[in-house]
Amino acid sequence: MINSKEIESLHVESDELYQVLSIEGDSLINLPQNMDSHLMLEMYKKMVSCREFDEKAMKLQRQGRLGTYASFKGQEASQVGSSIALEFSDWMFPTYRDHAATHTHGQKWSTIFLYWMGHIDGSICPEGKKILPPSVPIATQLLHAVGTAWADKLKGEENVSIVYFGDGATSEGDFHEALNFSGVFQTPTVFFCQNNQFAISVPFEKQSASKTIKQRAHAYDMKGVRIDGNDIFAVYLTVKEAVDRARNGGGPTLIEAVTTRYGSHTTADDSKKYRNQEKIEKDWPTTQDPIPRLEKYLRKNHLLDKETEDEMKREIKKEIDEALSIAENYPKATTKQMFEHVYAVNTATIKKQEEEFLHLLGEER
Amino acid sequence: MTQEKLTMLQAINQTLDQVLETKEEVMLLGEDIGKNGGVFRATEGLFEKYGGDRVVDTPLAESGIIGSSIGLALNGKIPIVEIQFLAFIYPGFEQLVSHAARMRYRTRGQFSVPFVIRTPYGAGIRGPELHSESVESFFVQTPGLKVVAPSTPHDAKGLLISAIEDPDPVIFLEDTKLYRAFKEEVPQEMYRIPIGKANVVKEGEDLSIIAWGGMVREAMKAADKLEKSKGWKCEVIDLRSISPLDEETIIHSVKKTGRAMVVHEAHKTGGLGGEITAIINENALIYLKAPVKRVAGFDIPVPSFTLEDQYLPNALRIEQGINETITF
Ligand SMILES: Cc1ncc(C[n+]2csc(CCOP(=O)(O)OP(=O)(O)O)c2C)c(N)n1
Repeated sequence: MINSKEIESLHVESDELYQVLSIEGDSLINLPQNMDSHLMLEMYKKMVSCREFDEKAMKLQRQGRLGTYASFKGQEASQVGSSIALEFSDWMFPTYRDHAATHTHGQKWSTIFLYWMGHIDGSICPEGKKILPPSVPIATQLLHAVGTAWADKLKGEENVSIVYFGDGATSEGDFHEALNFSGVFQTPTVFFCQNNQFAISVPFEKQSASKTIKQRAHAYDMKGVRIDGNDIFAVYLTVKEAVDRARNGGGPTLIEAVTTRYGSHTTADDSKKYRNQEKIEKDWPTTQDPIPRLEKYLRKNHLLDKETEDEMKREIKKEIDEALSIAENYPKATTKQMFEHVYAVNTATIKKQEEEFLHLLGEER
Repeated sequence: MTQEKLTMLQAINQTLDQVLETKEEVMLLGEDIGKNGGVFRATEGLFEKYGGDRVVDTPLAESGIIGSSIGLALNGKIPIVEIQFLAFIYPGFEQLVSHAARMRYRTRGQFSVPFVIRTPYGAGIRGPELHSESVESFFVQTPGLKVVAPSTPHDAKGLLISAIEDPDPVIFLEDTKLYRAFKEEVPQEMYRIPIGKANVVKEGEDLSIIAWGGMVREAMKAADKLEKSKGWKCEVIDLRSISPLDEETIIHSVKKTGRAMVVHEAHKTGGLGGEITAIINENALIYLKAPVKRVAGFDIPVPSFTLEDQYLPNALRIEQGINETITF
């Protein structure tokens, strides 16, 4: 357990961003014991790996090797820092932009590639894991994380359910229904909002008259926290505290991690149309990019040297190249597979449609 | 075998009681289903017997109810949801069609949502606006969902047990006008009526009438009357499940009778009658001696209750339909 008193005093009841790691890479608090060098290096490695994946995916998309792709660049600290605070069997409900989180929680890069390549096997998670497919309808997945957490509570199991969503999602009814249900039934759910300040083209100030997303927690009598989402220490410590609280019967938490969507909404979008993208690209590397921030800390504290870093980057590159190769050599989905898993046992209608179509194609059944 | 005469409502209540008793994963969720026992009293007495963790009065939010039930089902529970009236399912529609129905498919069988949504539907009880809809087509058009509509207390019990044991999401439509309409013998023990199998409630040679829910009774009344007055023998098929459809029973019957008529309360255009007609055309066209007839709700909003009897397919329209088809 972390020293929650210390953290609480810093960020509760304030609209200010809770920050632990300064932009210069200095820690603003005495870090709790569980934040050891091993964990910090793991955080760094995961963030670098996620960045590498994301940049690779953008290139592949331009080459026509992936379909439309949603980049999470800029949000690595939020996603890695939050998911690294989970236990193996915790439930995770992501959106289309949260594959840095799903990967950190155990999803394979090769499967994530498959998803963006439009393969039907792209949403299968590793055996024993509870990582659900990315939710496409905005905010709907929040309620699922209430339900799984509720079932765990009723069964006396200690899992926590974490759900990811954006600032735009907080305007949907399902966001409010989920917070309300979670409050009423005191479910062990962590609501993790990445306020990347844009929902496609709409900035948060047009999304809502609320100053913060955190303040919505107050309405549901839930703990709400607003943190610097580019500060992986703040993210980790806050989520760890929320997860521990949930696991110990203390109920849900709403976390607003303020971060930046570095690029366009997806590869099908052009952010120049609605925001000053040039300025973001100019300022972001020195003020908001979460990776150099942690790197500075690690270097100042002699936890990372050039040699370790080069070795790490080589490893990561290899890992992602291998994942891509697995995905690109993965067996093509068959027409027959297209008809599978609509029901536990498919209906006569589906069977007939399948048979007739396969017959027409002249394929083996 | 102990039997008891029960209304459909009592049969449903008994079934819910028995599944709560025998399956610890079962939970009931809905608005006013606890102390109040549901607006129709389908869950009467269950809150007192099983407590608030298993018979849950939820906040008033259908997306919330269905969405959180998806999570409960993902994690081993068997939620049986009551939506107060079918038209109030709309806030939860997205959860049903975009998540519950697709979970198994998009995870290639890794995750699934075995739950039941029970909801009263249909006109005929002098309900206020939007308390009388039959929009089952919305759900029938959604792959991954099953839709069931019992026509008797006995069937309600057997079908509800099958729905609860089904590994996939089932929408269980309860025709409000049948709730207290009549009693029949319902076995005390748990029994199952298979989903996807129709029931031939009356055999005949001259015309196949296909219906479900409350319309089965109306079809039977008309069939009996015309049998007496004209000697026509209609075969009446109660679909029981409207998704999946028991095509086999329909086709088999139409091949025998050479005539078919579909009776449904839902609006005619885009209603299931069109689908059933197409199935008949695709499979038994050369057996037909007359066009397939549809007697259905009109393509108007279900009107306020002083007019609802005019909206509903009634004996007059059904008899006319039989007449036209047999004398074509
Ligand atoms: C119910 C619904 N409405 C609209 C959309 C189309 N859409 C996709 S992403 C998006 C913006 C979401 O913004 P936000 O929640 O802030 O998440 P972000 O994309 O920034 O991560 C919209 C409107 C959708 N997917 N679902």
